[in-house]
Amino acid sequence: MTGLVALLTSILTITLRAGTSLIFGTVGEIYTERSGILNLGIEGMMLASAVTGFGVGYYSDSALLGLVVAACMGGLLAAVHAFLTVTMRANQVVSGLSITLFGTGLASFLGERLGPATNNHSLVGLIGPRFSPLVVPGLSQIPVLGALFRQDPLTYALYVLVPLAWYYLYRTRFGLNLRAVGESPLTADAMGVDVIRIRYLYTILGGMLVGVGGAHLSLAYAPGWTENLTGGRGWIVIALVIFAMWNPLRAVLGAILFGGINAVQFRLQAGGTTIASAYLNMLPYLITILVLVAMTWWEALSHRVGAPAALGVPYIREDK
Amino acid sequence: MTDGIRPLTVSAPVLRMRGITKRFPGVLANDRIDLDLYRGEVLALLGENGAGKSTLMNVLAGLYRPDAGTILLGETHVEIDSPRDAAELGIGMVHQNFMLVPTMTVAQNIVLGMPDLPIVPDLEEIHRQIEALSNRYGLLVDPQAYIWQLSVGEQQRVEILKLLYRGADILILDEPTAVLTPQEIEELGHVLAAVQAEGKSIIFITHKMGEVIAFSDRVCVLRQGRVVATKRTAETNPRELARLMVGREVLFQIEKAPADPGETLLVLRHVCADNDKGLPALRQLSLVVRRGEILGIAGVAGNGQRELAEVITGLRDIKTGEILINGRDRTSSSPLQMIESGVGHIPADRMGMGTVGNMAVADNLAMKSYRSPPLAEYGILRREKILRFARSLIEAFGISTPTPQTPVKFLSGGNIQKTILAREIDACASLLVAVYPSRGLDVGATEAVRRRLLEQRDAGRAVLLISEDLDELLTVADRIAVLYEGRVMGIVPTASADVETVGLLMSGSEAAELDGVTSAPSTVGAF
Ligand SMILES: Nc1ncnc2c1ncn2[C@@H]1O[C@H](COP(=O)(O)OP(=O)(O)O)[C@@H](O)[C@H]1O
Ligand SMILES: [Mg+2]
Repeated sequence: MTGLVALLTSILTITLRAGTSLIFGTVGEIYTERSGILNLGIEGMMLASAVTGFGVGYYSDSALLGLVVAACMGGLLAAVHAFLTVTMRANQVVSGLSITLFGTGLASFLGERLGPATNNHSLVGLIGPRFSPLVVPGLSQIPVLGALFRQDPLTYALYVLVPLAWYYLYRTRFGLNLRAVGESPLTADAMGVDVIRIRYLYTILGGMLVGVGGAHLSLAYAPGWTENLTGGRGWIVIALVIFAMWNPLRAVLGAILFGGINAVQFRLQAGGTTIASAYLNMLPYLITILVLVAMTWWEALSHRVGAPAALGVPYIREDK
Repeated sequence: MTDGIRPLTVSAPVLRMRGITKRFPGVLANDRIDLDLYRGEVLALLGENGAGKSTLMNVLAGLYRPDAGTILLGETHVEIDSPRDAAELGIGMVHQNFMLVPTMTVAQNIVLGMPDLPIVPDLEEIHRQIEALSNRYGLLVDPQAYIWQLSVGEQQRVEILKLLYRGADILILDEPTAVLTPQEIEELGHVLAAVQAEGKSIIFITHKMGEVIAFSDRVCVLRQGRVVATKRTAETNPRELARLMVGREVLFQIEKAPADPGETLLVLRHVCADNDKGLPALRQLSLVVRRGEILGIAGVAGNGQRELAEVITGLRDIKTGEILINGRDRTSSSPLQMIESGVGHIPADRMGMGTVGNMAVADNLAMKSYRSPPLAEYGILRREKILRFARSLIEAFGISTPTPQTPVKFLSGGNIQKTILAREIDACASLLVAVYPSRGLDVGATEAVRRRLLEQRDAGRAVLLISEDLDELLTVADRIAVLYEGRVMGIVPTASADVETVGLLMSGSEAAELDGVTSAPSTVGAF
């Protein structure tokens, strides 16, 4: 019995840890998409933030500074996306994919150039500062749910951030403006809401959260830098946004599902199962696809409100 | 003021627009327009589609920037750079296409974007305020309902509430009656009176003379971007207004030669079809249309009109029954096969189904004849031939477009409809199916459309005219078939038809009980 509790506790602990970067990314992308901007650059932004976050952390020996720089990196790339899509009215899919290509390339480049000469200028294999788990005395002893209190500070931050993100979106005047811009920019504009400013603001803010997600990978979840550190998490985020129906609270559900499968797979591998690891590694992605298909199906059947109506559509005031 | 006409109250105007000019690519939408508005008056802004009414008001509402001109509020010059500026000056507009977020509630839509809204709005309080306002002006609507749950009439009330909640003193309503039932139009009249009584001013855009007379104190007539007259409503009449608006005498009655029907062209026998939801829409429907006649289809919307048109144009499969065109079996034919058998289609949805908005007028015109020479040779489009072809149609149908290469979405509704008409009439060899062809069009364009239909009839083609406008059917059609729940209730020759008989059939009364009406099956039996 205690064995089972211990197993569940450990699975939940890993689940939350694996899910943290996804939640940051998903909440960020939800905010971006709520303003009507689709940013497919998440994967590249996460990688670029992860590598700069780790690099800065390594040299300054401050994980916090690394985190801040990573957030700025995410914000910077998102600002490029905002400029291209909002001001230049470029196709959002094309712009987003370019950001991913650019970010991915930039990350491997920096990873091989930013390191110390002693390590062949590579960042790979170095050990830097990290956000370590802080075990809360007492609370962490609760069976299974104690896992909630054996996390690193970034995960703890989510306990506040996620409800706040929800409250802001659905209960404040700013959230009202944001949602209106994503649903019907012309209406928002006619009602005196500054569509352009809002699209810039939330695209950049979303990018910064994605950057924090990237930093969580290189400074907490799997401290250090390796090529393709994200393992496609940027794409998972885009799927999770749909799963979450653009609602920050539901983002947690999705992230936990994905993180949970990760954790179970991890456990299975550690337990020496006979299933080939290639299949196990496939599992989280496969389930993501299945969940998406099921969700879309269910939504079509129940006629639920889905994506922001103006998602992906550039806004021009005097356009007809 | 151009002609010195003022309302009864002698006071300075609350608003003066001077020399407003606004250009769009290829169109001069507003040409040095002067307009005065007095306190507590309803000013009608009358003009055909494309006259520039919405553009002028969008300038006032801060959505469009004028290329030239000034605006004075009272005695002060104002710059209106954004809708927010306009709101701060007490100017609000209900747009022709409503500006509402469907996934939000009435209250959220009303307070959206208000600068002095607290960071966390107190919705309870807002609901109370909205209810108080609704009661005061008779604009009943539930503040907690979602917009998508509301009827169009209710949505319009929300739009008006939006302005009143912000304390607007100048209310602009862009064609507010276009979407309302006669009862709702009457209610709107009461609301306007209540608003006006508080000393607020209203600009009421319309292209219907009757509404000018019923609602306004003064009327300003726009034609092709210019003010052609400003009159006190009491001192004018519909006929004069129509002449000013169109620029020539308008014939309210189209003279029409008697029909000379020839051989049978279209036959539907016991056709059954489902609607999009899979429910029966056409039940054992039988019809005959001959060459040289216009068969009108009357009925309350949603009684199978849409499905009927789709079945004949090959857009919808039928479950049982048969369709014959020119004596040949055309049951379950594809749209292309229907086009090839000479069926032209003027769809109800002009922008969605009738045209491709982003494509040039020329390409839209060529969209039915591009497959074969001379417009295409060996599968390659001949641009110069398409252009020549388009120019001739633009000329023949009087389509007003800057160039044949202009995207069709930039044209006014009437000109888009003319584009469709031109294409379909050019390509149609035998049968024209016209669905609500004059809906939303102004007098001039409506007249043009009706003339074209008669022309087709006189040229020996068959026309099926689906309309919700009984007057239109009575003026244009030769026989009227009344649809009710997917069945033909009866067929009345227009010569002997009266509104009452047709109205009874529309409500589902059996033809056998009425004089002078043929019931549908016997018509087919005779055939
Ligand atoms: N945003 C726009 N872009 C390009 N052309 C436009 C735009 N808005 C209006 N127009 C053109 O300006 C003219 C006047 O249009 P509008 O003001 O909508 O007329 P009305 O409201 O009187 O029917 C039309 O020819 C129309 O096609
Ligand atoms: Mg208009």
